[in-house]
Amino acid sequence: MITLSHYIVLGAILFCIAVAGLFINRKNVIVLLMAIELMLLAVNTNFVAFSRFFGDVGGQVFVFFILTVAAAESAIGLAILVLLFRNRSTINVAEIDSMKG
Amino acid sequence: MPSINDILILLPEAYLVVAACVLLLLDAYLKPAQKGIVHWLSIVVLLVGAYLVVDGQPATSVTAFSGMFVRDGVSEVLKLFSLLIMAVIFVYARPYLKERAIPFGEFYTLSIFATVGIMFLVAAGNLVTVYLGLELLTLSSYALVALNRDSQLSSEAAIKYFVLGALASGMLLYGMSMVYGATHSLDLHTIHAAIVGTEWKTLLLFGLVFMIVGIGFKLGAAPFHMWIPDVYQGSPTAVTVFIGSAQKLAAFGMAYRLLSTGMGDIAGGAAGLAPQWQMMLAVLAVLSLAIGNLVAIVQSNLKRLLAYSTISHMGYLLVGLVNAGPEGYSASMFYAVSYALTSAAAFGMILVLSRSGFECEEIDDLRGLNQRSPWFAFLMLLVMFSLAGVPPLFGFFGKLLVLKAAIDAGMLWLAIVGAVFAIIGLYYYLRVVKVMYFDTPVEGKDVHARADAPARWVLSINALALLVLGFTWAPLLAWCQRAFAG
Repeated sequence: MITLSHYIVLGAILFCIAVAGLFINRKNVIVLLMAIELMLLAVNTNFVAFSRFFGDVGGQVFVFFILTVAAAESAIGLAILVLLFRNRSTINVAEIDSMKG
Repeated sequence: MPSINDILILLPEAYLVVAACVLLLLDAYLKPAQKGIVHWLSIVVLLVGAYLVVDGQPATSVTAFSGMFVRDGVSEVLKLFSLLIMAVIFVYARPYLKERAIPFGEFYTLSIFATVGIMFLVAAGNLVTVYLGLELLTLSSYALVALNRDSQLSSEAAIKYFVLGALASGMLLYGMSMVYGATHSLDLHTIHAAIVGTEWKTLLLFGLVFMIVGIGFKLGAAPFHMWIPDVYQGSPTAVTVFIGSAQKLAAFGMAYRLLSTGMGDIAGGAAGLAPQWQMMLAVLAVLSLAIGNLVAIVQSNLKRLLAYSTISHMGYLLVGLVNAGPEGYSASMFYAVSYALTSAAAFGMILVLSRSGFECEEIDDLRGLNQRSPWFAFLMLLVMFSLAGVPPLFGFFGKLLVLKAAIDAGMLWLAIVGAVFAIIGLYYYLRVVKVMYFDTPVEGKDVHARADAPARWVLSINALALLVLGFTWAPLLAWCQRAFAG
């Protein structure tokens, strides 16, 4: 029997993978974008699970909004990535360090 | 069903969205020589928006769309000042954008959309509205930071801002999902009411922690301040002034809605989670004061110095919020307004002193400014003293009020920490003043105020307002207190 706590644990695992992806990854900015998407999906899992188990439709409506905004967010992220590559010919995370202090 | 009344409550926001779309279309059809029209029109649009906010203000708090959107005193003050500050920023930005060939239309429309995001954020009555307002604001800001398309620093700042901003939004959302799970509601008032009876106390606390991380990121409070210095330095100065001033009002509004309305404060009888979030904010405040003030001392870049000074100012803002009562909120809001006005003047000074091919970014660039433009050296002195909190300038009363709010909440130690770091902060603000008045100018770096007349006039008014408001701050404080009284 799959209970609510299974879904919460699944959401937590997805979220941890996403945060680890953001902090451990030192090579590629595209992986960062993937990690951000995964983080939002973890949130969506939580919302849908709560919404289904409590019979309250609000959480699922919120998920629609999150999905829409996530699409806009990755569009802007990729646009900035293109800009970065045009200016610096690299998308290596470790090399994006010209500002310090 | 939404009625016509709901739309009327939302009139300023609806008007600004339509106006921004019209401006975008207009910009596409204008010839390059006529683009100046967009500049003046967008200032008019913002001022009319400010008029609509004040004119249609209901006597008591009203909500629209079944509690999604709140129109009360708090949202009125924050909206009015964000709109006015945006109009001032537009005046400063014009010569800067023109000399660097940064596209006019995109800057103005994106800024107006970001302002609409601020207005939704500070008037949110539901977690969905908080999220959508926040994303409208931050997505526009990412694009604004990247607006200088050929600058390496600008694109680097944009990608850092994007990744850390998206991480913050993800944290905030994860916290929201847990709060939703514990209270079964997205409405902030219903969440507040459900806190006492919930059987999911641990889940709720987890949610609160994640939401505070998100709020800390958006405020730029330590230890979530990593993006602030790089974004301030890398983005075009015309965008830095927006991130440094109007956005802080939005961050305060978001913190107030989520923590006070959603998680409960000490005034509402049922204490909710106030004791928990008070302690978390106190920790953030102390860290921000320490890191902001200490790291600012070693900076040689003026924009980075102001970035670290922002972090310390967010610390003071949090000191006021820690009070968790109407007195603390009004002190904090007063502080947010005074900081936003002061930092608009500080970055406005950098904009006015820069010219094509020369960014007045290093502190050394200001050497001997007094000999070249004594008037602007004097204005910069006022701004620096106001940031440092020297009486009788505007910034002093903000600091006084938040420290008093902390003492009244029984946190004398926090007020002492705040006062000590205010003195440490005085050192680096005074260093800028010393460079302007007592150092000799470097050959070839002759800093003059070269911006066009409107920018110089508005900057003079903005900086002198800091002095005038230092003497006549009582009405503004009374207004802030009234906003939280009801």
